[in-house]
Amino acid sequence: MEWLIGGIESLGVILVVLTLSALLLWVERKGSALVQNRVGANRASVLGIMPFNLGFMNTLMADPLKLFTKEDFVPANADRLGHALAPCIALFPAIVTFAAMPFGDSVSVAGRVINLQAVNLDVGLLYISALASMGVYGIVLAGWASNNRWALLGSIRGSAQMISYELAMGISLVSMILLYGTLDMQEMVRSQGKLLFGVLPAWGVFYQPVAFLILLTAGIAETKRVPFDLPECESELIAGYYTEYSGGKQACFMLSDFAEIVMVSGLVTTLFFGGWQVPYLDSNAGLSLPGMTPVALPGALITALQVGSFGVKVLFFCCLQILVRWTLPRFRYDQLMNLGWKKMMPIALLNMVATALVILLVEQGR
Amino acid sequence: MSDDKARESAGAQFRKAEATAADPLSEIMELQMGPSHPACHGTIKFHLRLDGENIIACETEVGYLHRGFEKMCEQGTWNQAIPYTDRLNYASPLINNFIFCEAVERLCGIEVPERASYMRVLLSECARISDHLTCLGMGATELGAFTVGFYMNEARELLYNMSARVTGARVTVSYGRVGGLARDVPDDFADMIRAAIKRTNEVLRDSEKLLERNRIFTDRMVGIGLMSQEQALSFGLTGPLLRATGIAYDVRKAAPYMVYDRMDFEVPVGTKGDNFDRFAVRFEEIKQSIRIVEQCLAQMPGGPVIADNAAYVLPPKKDVYGSIEGLMNHFKIIVEGIRVPAGEIYFSGEAANGELGFYLVSDGSGRPYRVRVRPPCFYGMSALETMVKGYMIPDLAAIFGMVNMIGGECDR
Repeated sequence: MEWLIGGIESLGVILVVLTLSALLLWVERKGSALVQNRVGANRASVLGIMPFNLGFMNTLMADPLKLFTKEDFVPANADRLGHALAPCIALFPAIVTFAAMPFGDSVSVAGRVINLQAVNLDVGLLYISALASMGVYGIVLAGWASNNRWALLGSIRGSAQMISYELAMGISLVSMILLYGTLDMQEMVRSQGKLLFGVLPAWGVFYQPVAFLILLTAGIAETKRVPFDLPECESELIAGYYTEYSGGKQACFMLSDFAEIVMVSGLVTTLFFGGWQVPYLDSNAGLSLPGMTPVALPGALITALQVGSFGVKVLFFCCLQILVRWTLPRFRYDQLMNLGWKKMMPIALLNMVATALVILLVEQGR
Repeated sequence: MSDDKARESAGAQFRKAEATAADPLSEIMELQMGPSHPACHGTIKFHLRLDGENIIACETEVGYLHRGFEKMCEQGTWNQAIPYTDRLNYASPLINNFIFCEAVERLCGIEVPERASYMRVLLSECARISDHLTCLGMGATELGAFTVGFYMNEARELLYNMSARVTGARVTVSYGRVGGLARDVPDDFADMIRAAIKRTNEVLRDSEKLLERNRIFTDRMVGIGLMSQEQALSFGLTGPLLRATGIAYDVRKAAPYMVYDRMDFEVPVGTKGDNFDRFAVRFEEIKQSIRIVEQCLAQMPGGPVIADNAAYVLPPKKDVYGSIEGLMNHFKIIVEGIRVPAGEIYFSGEAANGELGFYLVSDGSGRPYRVRVRPPCFYGMSALETMVKGYMIPDLAAIFGMVNMIGGECDR
């Protein structure tokens, strides 16, 4: 029974993430059109019935269908195994990180307590950061196996960038671990359910605004999008590390990019914006606005609201990242390294030390 | 001379790098960039020698779009060369049209009606605006700022629609004729231009907000692709590339033609000669062009748009079909071409990229004996190596974008 519930949850999470990634492709296309005063993707229709254009559903199906039916081209002197392996290695970690992402509180169904999290890991955050740094292997392998100098340049840029920004990201995660005193994502979310000064939800962002900015910036860098899209920037490196990829394999790279966007949004939501917590909504007591008596709500409604709240927050950060992409120009390689090593890392370190000191003082004051 | 020196120093650098090539990390990577590279428009190839991503030598290869423009012009009559000039700078075809016509007119010694001259200035400035919008929009896109590119394309689209309404085509306009213009403009012409100008102003405001104080953008542009005044002059640069270095040379001011002497406008200049100055100069030039357009609309006189000169100008269709003299006149001009007096002339005007010059030789027959073009961006391409050396691949895309190489014009 346990494994069945776990299996259903995992399958559900994977399906949601994959669908959300494909949906983001549509959001990106339509969103960029909105930003740029264009019409955007409007050609795909089911059986040519344009009046019943289902909007995103068409693009959602047409885009992958087109990509997966294209010729899968492998260059003559490429390493065939590495070439085929790279997109899988890029996609896999981006999806499995969601296993440790809690999307709701634990619910009891028929006397059984089900944790709304695919895998309840004690070391959830460690697992996520470990897997997130696996993504770089896919890029390095893609560039190396393609036997193309543009791809190689792209993969060198990508590996340097991702490793550098992981440092700042990791350090800001450490300050969050210090704050919550746990690596368990579910526990982190639970401890954000309290109230700060009696009115403000005790979200991580109010304790750690600096860590939030650094994590979000480093997260955008991890997803390799403008202004950090150096590994794949079109005007310089053709398509960077996936220059020699087409068809399904390229779709995997694109999908992994979008899955990473969802992953970063999920991480930011969980750590800084209360995860599935709805402000003033308690899993047991129901709605309790400050200075008012709690209003009890049915458990199913509370669970639905919480899962919905997680989804809304994640979508908001996905859209924010897409908006950033269509607003800013991109860095140059050396400027990117300067920002990562000389600005973000020292700030993250200082923030961590300050956090540790404050926590020490508070603990001693008790 | 300084070009030779530049090449020599690149070679010396390369040899020095080769001497230390025992260390595999210092190996020089050779890379063919283009012609089928997104930043190369399909019409140019860079042979790069790279140390990491730093460019230590960049050999520029032009000519992928060579059509033999000059020889083609010598095969037909003078008027038949006009459609070819559309294809020189295809981002601002009207300017090429009018400068070519102006050159032939000066060789013939004919006067253009005032209305036609005003119209030429007005349409030239509209073409300049759309050319600069293309260059700036694409330049921003090369840096990843796609949105600015699309905003500018939107304003350019209005100008193209105006051009299509007036000339019948968006790019292949063929609107100039020796002696004036092909036909008068439609009635709603002024409204279309005012609408386009209004939108262009809005786009400029939005783009300024997006870019001007954007730290990423200024970091990518300021101090990149530096060129001194001496270097710029020695390469024969004109237009925004020269003005970015601080030299206020503009053919419209230095040797006014058409009715530019009656227009009140400024020549924006830069200070450092870097990429940001090139961007800013073009940006400011759009605003100045808008001023000229407004003055033209205000001062526009009525009257004919083509000279009344049977030797050089086709008779009106009424005469062609209604009188034997008109028919014969039409026949002679079409079949034999206009008989431009024997002689030679060099005439240049300010195109969007700089000084566009035509050197024409006539032997008195109906066909040009020699047509030679001075394409402004060709000189920019020769200076490109000096501009990019020592910078990185991303800067090459940015600098090349600001040179605004137009294949049709550069390769002829």
